[in-house]
Amino acid sequence: MALLEVKNLVKRYGRTEAVRGVSFAIPQGICIGLLGPNGAGKTTTIEVIEDIIAPTEGEILYKGRPRTDTFRAEVGILFQQTALLSFLTVHETLVTFQKLYTKTADLQELIAMCHLQDFLSQYNDRISGGQRQRFLLALALVNKPELVFLDEPSTGLDPQARRNLWEIVQNIKAGGRTIVLTTHNMEEAQALCDEIAIMDYGRIIARGSPAELIKRHCGGVTVELPMTSFNPSLPPLSVPFQVVQDRIEIITDDLNGFVAELVAKNVNLKNMAVRSPNLEDVFLTLTGRQLRE
Amino acid sequence: MQFIRFWTLFVARNREFLRDRAAFGWNFLFPFLIIGGFGLIFGGDRYAEYKVGVFPVETENVVPATLDIPEQFRRTQYIQFVGFKTADEAFDKLKHYRIDFLIKAGPPPYPYWLNNTSPKGYIVEKIFRSSLLPPDLSLPAQKNEISGRQIRYVDWFFPGILTMNMMFSALWGVGYVVVRYRKNGVLKRLKATPLTAFEYLSAQMLSRIFLLMFTLAVVWIGCDVIFSFHVEGSYVDLAVVFFVGSLSLTALGLVIASRGTSEEFATGLLNFIAWPMMFLSEVWFSIEGAPHWVKSFANIFPLTHLLKAVRKIMNDGAGLIDVGPELAVLALMTLTFLAIGAWLFSWNR
Repeated sequence: MALLEVKNLVKRYGRTEAVRGVSFAIPQGICIGLLGPNGAGKTTTIEVIEDIIAPTEGEILYKGRPRTDTFRAEVGILFQQTALLSFLTVHETLVTFQKLYTKTADLQELIAMCHLQDFLSQYNDRISGGQRQRFLLALALVNKPELVFLDEPSTGLDPQARRNLWEIVQNIKAGGRTIVLTTHNMEEAQALCDEIAIMDYGRIIARGSPAELIKRHCGGVTVELPMTSFNPSLPPLSVPFQVVQDRIEIITDDLNGFVAELVAKNVNLKNMAVRSPNLEDVFLTLTGRQLRE
Repeated sequence: MQFIRFWTLFVARNREFLRDRAAFGWNFLFPFLIIGGFGLIFGGDRYAEYKVGVFPVETENVVPATLDIPEQFRRTQYIQFVGFKTADEAFDKLKHYRIDFLIKAGPPPYPYWLNNTSPKGYIVEKIFRSSLLPPDLSLPAQKNEISGRQIRYVDWFFPGILTMNMMFSALWGVGYVVVRYRKNGVLKRLKATPLTAFEYLSAQMLSRIFLLMFTLAVVWIGCDVIFSFHVEGSYVDLAVVFFVGSLSLTALGLVIASRGTSEEFATGLLNFIAWPMMFLSEVWFSIEGAPHWVKSFANIFPLTHLLKAVRKIMNDGAGLIDVGPELAVLALMTLTFLAIGAWLFSWNR
């Protein structure tokens, strides 16, 4: 039985339909990522599931039943944007939140796991961005949740802070907890998620493991060429391609044949790059747009 | 309701307030400044109700005894004489109501000027003209004085400032703060926990009442040291009235806090409620003699009933039974505000 099931979820704000009939099920113990650009409906979807906002239509089942009052006691949430009570230290805030639950985690373990030791006595609003995200993650785990929601957990963090946070999330996963994560960062999705649901315009347009999605939608390799390599008078390419900023990207499973075609058409190969396709390419293939657009 | 969740939030909110040195300090300083300032201005014998300009006089601050104006008028109490070098300068002040009456110093006849639309000018003219009459022309009249302890202006004024401070603290401390929490996502974060709206609102309300009563006690003691206030009634009765009043004002704050994410709108709404309440509840001046509808309208404000009860106990020695009607109205208002606030409350809208 799935831990969480979402059936035909719709959320409208007036005439705007933010979520358009989303359905998926989440087995216990996996990390599922909702991947999509800003405005795709990821946060709305996750907040409806969290019971923070009410759905317009649809059904959400937790452990096979509609959510009850105990749902909030059993899940942990890290919001994309949040604030905490001012003039409280990190430790006081952890204790305050711990007292709101009946089942709680060991604070010392939590502090060690999220590396909070160095700033426990500082006020909530006097800590750095990386420290803040680790602290908010600790707050989301203070009730030993079975299901953890992480909404864009690493947005705004520098690469080092991001990797530190990912490490902690990997540890949470290793503890057997189920994680629902939203992100527009394909690296994050690839690093943390067992399964990915790609969202665009309020719908899930593809779902599977990162490897499956790449294999299904972007078989072969990705060739990148600067736009300047092409002479406008050259005959057109025989394969479909995407223009991404100042370069074109071609996904092909016949690299030798494609390179031979480029050579035959006198294309300058000086700055050509070949790489394995990633989730960004999957999104590009499915929507014709980049995730970061 | 789980008491531990309520208590946790109650303690957290108190910590937040007590550690916010600026807000905390201001809550004490504000009433001290107002009471101290007004006590100095209106408490002594320097207080003057009317201002009379005299020209030509070399200095603005004049010694009345040196003025060449009718002696009876010069010796009238509660009139402050202000000197002007030229008539034009004095006319300008009279025109803009900066003085109530103007007289030219010198031998009779005494030329004088007043602004026809000034009520104070009208009264000063009456005083001036009667001071010109010989004493034997006065009709017989018998003077009587009120017996018992005199209520100083500051004694009347002090409860008004205390309750006004309570009103601002309750409305802004709950109404504004909760809207800010909603806007910046604190409420959303709390909604994600098992905390119920009832537990959260009770903690907010009781924390504010606790802080209000604490502030009140400190301000009272401080002001009493300076001005030696006299309380005719019982301090216990006063504490009961203050407690019920703070319940009612805080509950009104909860109604304002129940919805909305705009701090600007919340401020506008708070001002819209606080300013008429402050003026019509007789904090600053009595509305005795105002049109009936104004007096009736003033009764919709909890501050009116709170202040009435406090003044009855402080100045008239009333007991709890005497202020029963005011307490009943305050209790009814509290229940009504709580019901509306709870009904409208939203964590994130």
